Amino acid sequence: MSQKVRTIRATPLGWVIWAVVVFFFVNLAGVVLSVLVSSFGTKWFDTWFPSGFTTQWYGDAWREFTLFHVIVVTLLVSALVVVLSVLVGAPAAYVLARKNFPGKRLVYLTFLLPILMPPITYGIPLATVLYKFGFAGHLSGVVLANLVPSVPFVILTMTPFIEQVDPRIEDAARMLGAGTRSVFLKILAPLLVPGLLASAILVLVRTVGMFELTFLTAGPDSQTLVVALYYSMSAAGIRAQQSVDAMAVIYTAMMLVLLVVALRFVNPTQLVARVKEEPSE
Amino acid sequence: MSGFDQLRLDGVSRRFGTADALAGLDLTIERGEFIALLGPSGCGKSTALNCLAGLLPLTAGAIWQDDQRIDTLPPEKRGFGMVFQNYALFPHLTVRDNIAFGLRMRHLPKDDVRRRTTEAIEMVQLTEHASKLPGQLSGGQQQRVAIARATVLEPSLVLMDEPLSNLDAKLRLEMRTEIRRLHQSLGLTTVYVTHDQEEALSMADRLVVMRQGKVQQLGTPEEVHTKPSTWHVADFMGYRNLLPLKISQLNGDQVTVDLGGTPVRGSAQGAVGLGDDVIAAVRPEDIKLSDEGVKGLVEVVEYQGRERAVEVVLDDEVRLHVRTEQRVDAGEQVALTVTPGRLLVYPS
Amino acid sequence: MSAIPQQTSQPTWQHRLAERGVDRRLWLLLPATVFVLLLFVYPFLYGLSLSFQPANGGGVLANYDKFFGDAYQRDTVATTLKIALPAALLNVLAAVPIAFRLRGRFRGKRLLTTILVVPITLGTVLTAQGLLNYLGPTGWLNRILLSLHIVDDPIRLTNNYWGVFFSLVITGFPFAFLLVLSYLSGIDPTLERAAATLGASRAQRFRRITLPLLAPGLATTFLLTFVLAFSVFPSAVLVGNPAGSTRVISLAAYQAAYEQYDYSYASAIAMVMGAVELVVVAIVLVWRSRLYTGSTGGKG
Repeated sequence: MSQKVRTIRATPLGWVIWAVVVFFFVNLAGVVLSVLVSSFGTKWFDTWFPSGFTTQWYGDAWREFTLFHVIVVTLLVSALVVVLSVLVGAPAAYVLARKNFPGKRLVYLTFLLPILMPPITYGIPLATVLYKFGFAGHLSGVVLANLVPSVPFVILTMTPFIEQVDPRIEDAARMLGAGTRSVFLKILAPLLVPGLLASAILVLVRTVGMFELTFLTAGPDSQTLVVALYYSMSAAGIRAQQSVDAMAVIYTAMMLVLLVVALRFVNPTQLVARVKEEPSE
Repeated sequence: MSGFDQLRLDGVSRRFGTADALAGLDLTIERGEFIALLGPSGCGKSTALNCLAGLLPLTAGAIWQDDQRIDTLPPEKRGFGMVFQNYALFPHLTVRDNIAFGLRMRHLPKDDVRRRTTEAIEMVQLTEHASKLPGQLSGGQQQRVAIARATVLEPSLVLMDEPLSNLDAKLRLEMRTEIRRLHQSLGLTTVYVTHDQEEALSMADRLVVMRQGKVQQLGTPEEVHTKPSTWHVADFMGYRNLLPLKISQLNGDQVTVDLGGTPVRGSAQGAVGLGDDVIAAVRPEDIKLSDEGVKGLVEVVEYQGRERAVEVVLDDEVRLHVRTEQRVDAGEQVALTVTPGRLLVYPS
Repeated sequence: MSAIPQQTSQPTWQHRLAERGVDRRLWLLLPATVFVLLLFVYPFLYGLSLSFQPANGGGVLANYDKFFGDAYQRDTVATTLKIALPAALLNVLAAVPIAFRLRGRFRGKRLLTTILVVPITLGTVLTAQGLLNYLGPTGWLNRILLSLHIVDDPIRLTNNYWGVFFSLVITGFPFAFLLVLSYLSGIDPTLERAAATLGASRAQRFRRITLPLLAPGLATTFLLTFVLAFSVFPSAVLVGNPAGSTRVISLAAYQAAYEQYDYSYASAIAMVMGAVELVVVAIVLVWRSRLYTGSTGGKG
């Protein structure tokens, strides 16, 4: 578009909107900073700031909540979910992007439903089934449960990327003697690297942040960071508030690192849903 | 796969849902021929090409290469080359790798691949661009890569799907000559799809004119140009004047029709009878301005360089398109004659 | 002796399938289909049938009778809707003017959208922890209000309805905003310019051109925001009043499953939850289907 880079003009409505945005950000900053400040504070009761600063809570949290183990579990679960959901989702995305066949709408709807339903709704029956077959309470159950929204998400993310690859390019490769395997490995895979990266990163961010499904299926040894955080919060009073805050900060830091990495490959809107943003010419 | 003597399409059909995109195409292609499939968009010519390539499964019929049936083979096993309308170059591979792709798929020795690729790059004069990506090339250069990529394998048949439609007018003329030259020098067999009648006439040995999934006419360029088999073909071959008239006299295939109150002689192209409603077809360049004949009023004049395209309204409101080198102006009264034998009369 | 050579019979069979778009590449769909059947459809149906087999006996519908017969349980539906619907509505309605204002390109847009993504990725658990600190009786917000003498006593914003509501706004608003923004970017700006040349004022252009084109996107945004808000669970426990005003239905389902170990009853509650959600989704979708949903002229 020929629109030039512009600054927002200051009309009365503009001021109101800016005020709302600023108000939102100030409160958001307040929420995040209060956790951060508290995690470094010695004692903080009914004052503007803690009476002193210390880093001891981080050590406490690391030991008390066995954070090393929790982080290892989190990374392991996320990595497995990413790899499996891409392996299962990408071929399906290919078929849905390229072909019309009887029952396609039904298949598509079935793939969409896990994203449209609140995780708790299918999470409870799913956890019941997983317990029945002995998966729940272990890492495998957590991975399986997290795959349910991740595979559809990979399908949704990959489909537009595949649609962007001209099917005639595949035809051309076949006319030159490439079999199905060669078409996928030599032509499609290199062209879809951005899409694969985007969907992998998005699934990673979502899995690390996924609370409900992990919460319902995790045993004591298979908690991810966000679930461990929830347990430490809901058991408030037993632990020092500040060490819970320290743990929250560790979680935040981890998410922010992931986010910075993610935003190198995808635009912010993609983190939310499958909508293409205007291309940055 | 080595060459063939004859490729035979036998009732080749393709249906999409309830719509027949291609209904029973019969065609025999001889080795070394240049055949053009010609027709308006949606006529089934691209469907025919994709069926031949194996990119689209047939819904009926068979394709025989000499005495081997090939319509059940996947495209990669047929050994045909194809040039696509939008070129379909691999965007992540350089010019050289694009051209070498097919050779590599055949697991040829490295030296062979390098030698033949280099030759093909030289043939299409892209040596200095060999390590560029397709995105860095102009449309004409991309076109040449696509042609080199399809022909470097010396395929038994080259399929071209409107390869010139994305080029500007000047380049299109150049590439036309280029493709015809390559066809002859490499001894290729070519099936060429186009909607541009001029392109088809100038390049092909034989034309297949199609409409609504069916073959309308099959013949040499001259046959199709001078004797279209139906008024639809005539319409497509540049007979801009298609006039619904009545036959007033009939003598063998010599007929007389009434045009703007003046009897005009034409030749019947099919079974017509006295008093029948017919469609008379005539090209603008076959109508001449003269001193007497059909009377009319010049309404629009378009200057087109050497010639003028003139629209004349006859007394009975019939409009005629005329091409002339003479100077005329809008509002003039003129008289028109038709070149003898160039008014073709079809049953409507 | 057969009159038809065998050679032709096999291709005809393939032809007929090919015509309908069925070929070998459909196998690629198999892993995902098996997966969704095993891990989503089967558990769902299992849960559904389990919900009709009450653990403590009784009729087929005993679990549902129990749920709807007990006001403490039944009210969770209303409680959930009372939190989720206003929160989703506020998020979408607030997002429209702001996104409208901030569409197009300007300096710092990338930064703005990046900051907005932060609360989404942080999730409800961390937001809850922050809200407890920030909005608590001795938190910064109450301190500011007290020192500015706007209030005389700290206002209670946590461990009640408002705590949950704020938590949903903090995670839901950025989500809604980014979606609306991308839908807006998909509308060709020349349409509005065309309307301007035809004499439409700024307000008329918004009402007659932009809003109708944006409406289906708003419906989708509302749906996705609503689904997020409807499954509110951690924040209802942590910043809400889980025994009273914010006892949401997901909490009831969780307690049945993990505190009473009555999976049959828990499944029934989950089914009620799914049904209520799908009713809202269906209403919005029916409304959406009556809107113009074709091309918006943009590149979206």
